[in-house]
Amino acid sequence: MTPQAPFLRRPGTVLALRYLAVLALTIVFLFPVYWLFIISFKTPEEIFAFPPVWYPESIQFANYRVLFKDGDAVTVWNSLVLAGVSTVIAMVLGTICAYSLVRFKTGGENLAVWIISQRMMPPIAIAFPIFLLYVFFGWVDSYHGLIILYTAFSLPYVIWMMRGYIEDLPLELEESALVDGCTRWEVLWKVVFPMVRSGLFATAVFTFVFAWNDFLFALVLTRTEVITYTVQVTHYFGGQSNFWAKIAAMSVLGTIPVFFTVATLQRYLVRGISMGAVKG
Amino acid sequence: MADLKITNLHKHYGGVQAVRGIDLEVASGEFTVLVGPSGCGKSTLLRTIAGLETPDGGTLEIGGRVVNYVRPRDRDIAMVFQNYALYPYMNVFENIAFGLRARKTPQAEIETRVRRAADMLGITPLLDRLPRQLSGGQRQRVAIGRAIVRNARLFLFDEPLSNLDAQLRDEMRSEIKRLHQELGTTMIYVTHDQIEAMTLADRIVLLREGLIEQAGTPLDLYERPATRFVAGFLGSPQMNFIPAQLTQSGGGWAIKFGDNISLALPPRQRNGFSDGQSVVLGLRPQYVTRANGSDRPGHQRLGVTVELVQPTGSRAYITFPLGGVPTVAELESHDVQRPGERIDLDLDMNRAVLIDPESNRVI
Repeated sequence: MTPQAPFLRRPGTVLALRYLAVLALTIVFLFPVYWLFIISFKTPEEIFAFPPVWYPESIQFANYRVLFKDGDAVTVWNSLVLAGVSTVIAMVLGTICAYSLVRFKTGGENLAVWIISQRMMPPIAIAFPIFLLYVFFGWVDSYHGLIILYTAFSLPYVIWMMRGYIEDLPLELEESALVDGCTRWEVLWKVVFPMVRSGLFATAVFTFVFAWNDFLFALVLTRTEVITYTVQVTHYFGGQSNFWAKIAAMSVLGTIPVFFTVATLQRYLVRGISMGAVKG
Repeated sequence: MADLKITNLHKHYGGVQAVRGIDLEVASGEFTVLVGPSGCGKSTLLRTIAGLETPDGGTLEIGGRVVNYVRPRDRDIAMVFQNYALYPYMNVFENIAFGLRARKTPQAEIETRVRRAADMLGITPLLDRLPRQLSGGQRQRVAIGRAIVRNARLFLFDEPLSNLDAQLRDEMRSEIKRLHQELGTTMIYVTHDQIEAMTLADRIVLLREGLIEQAGTPLDLYERPATRFVAGFLGSPQMNFIPAQLTQSGGGWAIKFGDNISLALPPRQRNGFSDGQSVVLGLRPQYVTRANGSDRPGHQRLGVTVELVQPTGSRAYITFPLGGVPTVAELESHDVQRPGERIDLDLDMNRAVLIDPESNRVI
C-alpha cells in the first residue's frame, strides 16, 4: 500500500496554503488603495463615521466635481506634461549616450560608474543651490525649468539601465546593418531600438514614475503656474482640519495615469526587468 | 580586373599584431578562401575588407578604388556572419529585404529580388516566418539570401557554417559552391576548416600569425606545400613528418631513418642536397598503400608491423613505427585485419616532400 503523505505535504494542502498566503498579501497591498478610492466617493459624514463605512451607500462624484470646478485638477495635467516630456527626452538622450558608452567605449571604463554615482546624491542636498540658480535664470514656476531638472535627474538612471541592455546585443546585428547600407544613426533606430524595446519601456516607466512622484523639487521650484498634483494635495492639509475627501480624490486622479501607463506596458515591464535581472 | 587588391596591409589591436603586411589580389569572379588556425588574422583581414575595422597601414582597393576610410555601406559588399545576424523582430522577407530598404530600392523591385533569391535558396515557403521559427540551416540560407539579394561586387563569408552540425554543413557547402557557379560573383570566405577550404576554393590563402604562409589552388597547396605548416594544415589525416638524414648511395640519393631503414628517393628530388644533411620527410597517409607486387618507379616497399587500426568504413587508418615516429597510412579496410599484423606497404616517394628542419621550408 502506498504510504500517505503527511497532512502538510499533500498537494491539496500546499495549494490551499499558497492561495491563503497570496490572498493575505493581496489584501495587505490593495486595501489602502481601496480605502483611498472609497473615501473619494464618500460624503463627509461617511468619512468620519464610526464604525467605519466599508462601502458607501451611493457613489458621490461631488469631491471630483469640486476639483475640476476650482481648477485644481489641472495640476494632474501639469504632472503629466512634466513627467511625460522629461521621460521622452531622457530616454532619447540616455539611450544615445548608453550606445556611445558601449560601442565606442566613450570615456573609458569609468565614465559609466561616474554617471550613475550622480544619481546617489540626496536631492535635498542640491535643492537650495538649484533654487538659487533657477531664480537667477528666471526658470522658477516654468514647465521647461522642471522638465530640464527631471531630465537631468533621470539621465544617469536611463544611461545605466540602457547600457546594460545594449551590452547584451550581438554586435553582428549592427555590423550586418552597417554593411547592408545603414548609417550609425539608422543602426540605432532600426536595429538597436527594436532590439532593446522591452528594456526601453521598463526604463521609461521607472523614469516616468520618478518624475511623477517628485514632491521636493516641485514644491521648491513652483509657485502657482505649474504646480504638480503632489504639491496640490498638500494644500488640503490645514492647520485646523484636513480635507480628506479632496485629498483622496486628488490622489485618485494622480494614480490613474500611472495605473494606465503600467497596465499598458506591463508586458514589456516584466520582460525588461527580468532581462536586467538575468544579466546581473 | 582584380575586384580586390590589398597591399602591405597592417592591423593591430593594442600590442597584438593581427595582420602584419599582407599582399593579396582577388580576381573578378574568383572564390578565395582565407584559412588558418584561430588567431591567424583571417577574420581581421575579412573585417578590414568589409570596413568594420580600419587598417593601420597599407592600402585596400575594391574595384580599383582605394577604400581604406570608406564606410562599409559604400563599399559595395555583402557579408554573411557566423551567427547569421538575422533581426529577430522581422520575418524572413523583411530580413532579406533589409539591405534593399536601407538603400531605398523601390517596393516592386524589392518584391522581385527577394522572391528570386528565396527561390534560388528554396526558402520561399518560409518568407512569413520569424527567425526563431527556423532551423539553423534555414537561418543560414536566409542570411545568404540577404547577401545575394544585394547584387554586391564582393561577397564576404565569415565562418558561415561553423554553427551547423556536420550533415548540414556538408549540405550548405555544396549549396554555397553551387551558388558561386550560378552567380559568378567574387567571394571571399573565411574558415578554419581545411575541408571547407579545399572543397570550395578556386584559390586558398593560408594565413599564419598575420602573414600569408602560402596562396594557390587547393591542389597546389596540397601537393606542393611551401612549408611544413602548410603541409600539416591541409589534408586529413595529417601528413606524417619523420626526421631522417640524406645519404648518397650509388648514383642517387636515399633517405635514412634512425632505425637504419633506408628509402631511395626518386631522381628528380636532389636540388641543394648534401650528404648527411638532416631533413624531415613529409608523406601523406594517402600515399602509403598496401604493396601489391609490381614495382613502380619512385615507389618504395617497406615491411612494417601494424600497431593500431582505426576503421572508418571504406578506409582504415593504420599506425606503424617509422624512424621512431608513429606513422599513419590510409588503406582499404580489407587490407588489414588487426594490430600486430606484419604487412608490406608501398610508399609513393614521388609525392613525398623533404623539409629543412631549421627553416621548416620545403626543400
